[in-house]
Amino acid sequence: MIKHLPALLIVIPLLVAIITPIIGRLHWVLSWYAVTITTFISFVISLFLLQTVLVQGRISYWMSGWKPPFGIEYAVDYLNAYVLIIVSFMALAGAIYSRKNIEVEIEDENRKPLFYMIYLLFVTGLMGMVVTGDIFNIYVLLEIASLTGYALIALGKKRRALVAAYNYLVMGTVGATFFLLGIGYLYLMTGTLNIADLAARLPEFYQTKAVFTAFTFIVVGLSIKLAIFPFHFWLPNSYAHAPSTVSAVMAATGAKVAAYVLIRVMFTVFNPEFYLHVPFNIQYILLILAVAAILVGSIMALAQTDIKKMLAYSSVGQIGYIVLGISLMSVTGMMGSLIHLLNHALMKGALFFAVGAVVYRTGLTSIENLRGLGKKMPWTMAAFTIAALSMTGVPLTVGFVSKWYLAVASIESGMWWLVPIILLSSLLTAVYFWRILDSIWLKPAPGEESLEHGHNSHQTPVKSNDAPLTMLIPTFTVAMLCLVFGVFAYAPVSLVEKAAMILLK
Amino acid sequence: MEIIESARPVYAILVSLLAVVLIGISGKYPNLREMWTMLASVLKFGLVVSMLPTILAGKVIEYHVTRVLPGLDIAFRVDSLGMVLALTASFLWIITSVYAIGYMRSMDEHAQTRFFMCFAIALSSAMGVAFSANVFTLFVFYEIITVSTFALVAHEETSEAIKGARKYLTYLLGTSIFFFLPAIFLTYNYAGTLDFASQGILSGKASYTIVSIIFVLYIAGIAKAGMMPFHSWLPSAMVAPTPVSALLHAVAVVKVGVFTVIRILLFVFGIDLLSKIGLGTYLAYFASFTIITASIMALKQDNLKLRLAYSTISQLSYIILAVALLTPSGITSSIMHITIHAFGKITLFFVAGAIYVTTHKKNVSELDGIGRQMPFTMAAFTIGSFSMIAVPPFGGFISKWYLIMGTFEANLIPILIVIVASTLLNAAYFLPIVYAAFFKQSKSGEVHGIKEAPVLMVVPILMTAAGVLILFFTSPLLLNLVKIAVAGALGGSY
Repeated sequence: MIKHLPALLIVIPLLVAIITPIIGRLHWVLSWYAVTITTFISFVISLFLLQTVLVQGRISYWMSGWKPPFGIEYAVDYLNAYVLIIVSFMALAGAIYSRKNIEVEIEDENRKPLFYMIYLLFVTGLMGMVVTGDIFNIYVLLEIASLTGYALIALGKKRRALVAAYNYLVMGTVGATFFLLGIGYLYLMTGTLNIADLAARLPEFYQTKAVFTAFTFIVVGLSIKLAIFPFHFWLPNSYAHAPSTVSAVMAATGAKVAAYVLIRVMFTVFNPEFYLHVPFNIQYILLILAVAAILVGSIMALAQTDIKKMLAYSSVGQIGYIVLGISLMSVTGMMGSLIHLLNHALMKGALFFAVGAVVYRTGLTSIENLRGLGKKMPWTMAAFTIAALSMTGVPLTVGFVSKWYLAVASIESGMWWLVPIILLSSLLTAVYFWRILDSIWLKPAPGEESLEHGHNSHQTPVKSNDAPLTMLIPTFTVAMLCLVFGVFAYAPVSLVEKAAMILLK
Repeated sequence: MEIIESARPVYAILVSLLAVVLIGISGKYPNLREMWTMLASVLKFGLVVSMLPTILAGKVIEYHVTRVLPGLDIAFRVDSLGMVLALTASFLWIITSVYAIGYMRSMDEHAQTRFFMCFAIALSSAMGVAFSANVFTLFVFYEIITVSTFALVAHEETSEAIKGARKYLTYLLGTSIFFFLPAIFLTYNYAGTLDFASQGILSGKASYTIVSIIFVLYIAGIAKAGMMPFHSWLPSAMVAPTPVSALLHAVAVVKVGVFTVIRILLFVFGIDLLSKIGLGTYLAYFASFTIITASIMALKQDNLKLRLAYSTISQLSYIILAVALLTPSGITSSIMHITIHAFGKITLFFVAGAIYVTTHKKNVSELDGIGRQMPFTMAAFTIGSFSMIAVPPFGGFISKWYLIMGTFEANLIPILIVIVASTLLNAAYFLPIVYAAFFKQSKSGEVHGIKEAPVLMVVPILMTAAGVLILFFTSPLLLNLVKIAVAGALGGSY
């Protein structure tokens, strides 16, 4: 049984996904139970896998017993196990959270079981991409995750969700096609699709144009999926118009898995030696795109009036951080990227969850609308505040850990000029979150401005009307993890360090 | 140097954090709430004092809390330098708490629970800065102070207060992110550690150019020290209620700033390295500029609290000037002035608050004849002013004496002129207030008879004023503590 864990991780949710809409016909809450329990099982399996990897090293599972490279291999090492835990944990938190969220954001009763089926397939696709050791398998699961992703976004309440989903569909398909073409070229040259096998066979073809083309196609394809600047245009609208659960889970996991695949391709399928043969300097191209993403994301976030859109643009900037660490091609830089996968998942997850709770209570997402909410929804807003402080990189939160590694890595690589950019973006982040924290805690709620301020100690206390517990618990847990992994950062960092060492051996 | 492992510094920090929770819970019962503040302040002072004998015996108390990342530890180290700040801040917290209760109740202020909670957090983090064993821990607490005092500056929630508070936050957070943090990155990159060491950690690790860059980043990043050009947050912070201006913007926040400068200069760079490059002299001239400019600006202020704020900016730069001389007497003066200026300036702010509560007057030009109405308060003001000007027998004389000796030791005669000029300026902006208060007739012509502020405010004023006097006569006690710090920084040769 334990031996089959990597397969079960995918097979269980796939099977449950089939029965989810059927049991949902009795009552849609049943499908909520099914999804919550399934994601919980996946999370437990991920923990087991991590433990196994820590004890005995890389796990290799042969599908149906076919020996790789002929059969499909599921391979789990430190990196996979780490990303798996992020994905399955956020999927679980999102599943718990979705119950009340779906109540208000998807009104049609008949669609609710379908939402859960798609949600489960989406999560399965992402987990599959992480766990598989076969590059064509990655493509298949990527398509599963993408198609379900389009559907999830289209479930948004406003009609504009459809347009956003359509935009994403067009871009996503272009990206996936590039990725597939790249795989085709690799297969053409080496005759294998197994990642470990590819890594062993590719070096002899490093000078060929075909391999170089394959690399370019794959990186461009993944850049679109990852929404690296300038391929980010689909992202803000998608996150802004999707149901809040979807925004949170997609921001926390979707981009992370795309980043994982990019890292896998760049550092396992290809190895650093390959970059010496590339006719252009891939390191600088990525670096410049990363810096542009960081700055554009932060500046665009400043200009938003809708909070979900602001968070989405901030994601564009944060993805820039991940790419920045990758582009430095050093162990410390890679650690910065990898640790930011977890950290950003936690921060952005908590922020979107908190916003979803606001939507549940007030139905609005404009920043204007957040005034005075600190008194009405103190717990939700406390979670929001913790995550926001973390985003700006306050010490003892996860945001600081990421920035520390990225800054130290930049100095180590002799690229001093990156430090002011990282700090400038922190400052911009501080500005756009400060506006919100300011209105949450310091401004009176709309309609209460008339109340005298200053020397009256007898204000009528505002009734607290916080989010329901199934929303509050995941929101607050994720926000607290921003602090826990900010103070006890050593645990994830030591894991990430091992993963980075293997990638850049 | 003997090292003692003890969690007592942690308790000294936690005691007021615990009080924050209790204050928050008992918000509906003002007397119970204020009891927590008082209890926490007394306990905190007790805990700090209980470490004093160990420190005076030349030992050091250390405690390692947790390792965040390799190279980034949350750890505490109590030495004589930290002790000076901790003693001053925790003792004055007791007095300020009494005063704050009197002030807040007389003014019938709103949101008093939040006020006392933030106050307690700020004091906890001031202890944290004093006891930090490395730059990272120090930075963390430095930032917590900024955030917690933001709520205090914005307390009135008027548009003016919020504007002032925003400026406050922008300056303090902006400089710390843009300059302080990169300085830490660079320090870690070159020194490989962030732990304070009595001879510095950067010596021999980086070229002089790099060291100079790090030096400039640190000095620019520690805006809490009020050096120009990053000083204007301090006058903006004067919109806060007076107890905040008194304890935080004359003692805890700004003293944390100069303390951080001293700590970084002596324990990250080390005297040898700084004298070799000659960075101390540059800093001394830079501080001199602030001293003179801020004094001239103080002359022009009619608002009493603003005048005090500019005086603070000028006095803080005395501390920086003194340590930048890098001589035994200079450092002595620098560390002593942390305490001495604290007592003097807190008295002056207390008086400004008392005048405001009793008469609702804010401006210097309105104070004619006020000495007859509030004789005790204005007597205290006189004592505070004399200490600022450095007249014996008041505390200020002691630190200025050492400062002058320090300039001779460093052979920097131009600095002497700065000191003389600024002393004259000090007299020029304080003595007219004293003169007007006692010898001029009230403009309205009315004679009120004695009408003092509430007892809860007058008693603290008299206590701190007495403190200024006592500091002069008992200066050897303080000097003993300071000497240990100076000896450590100079490699035991003092």
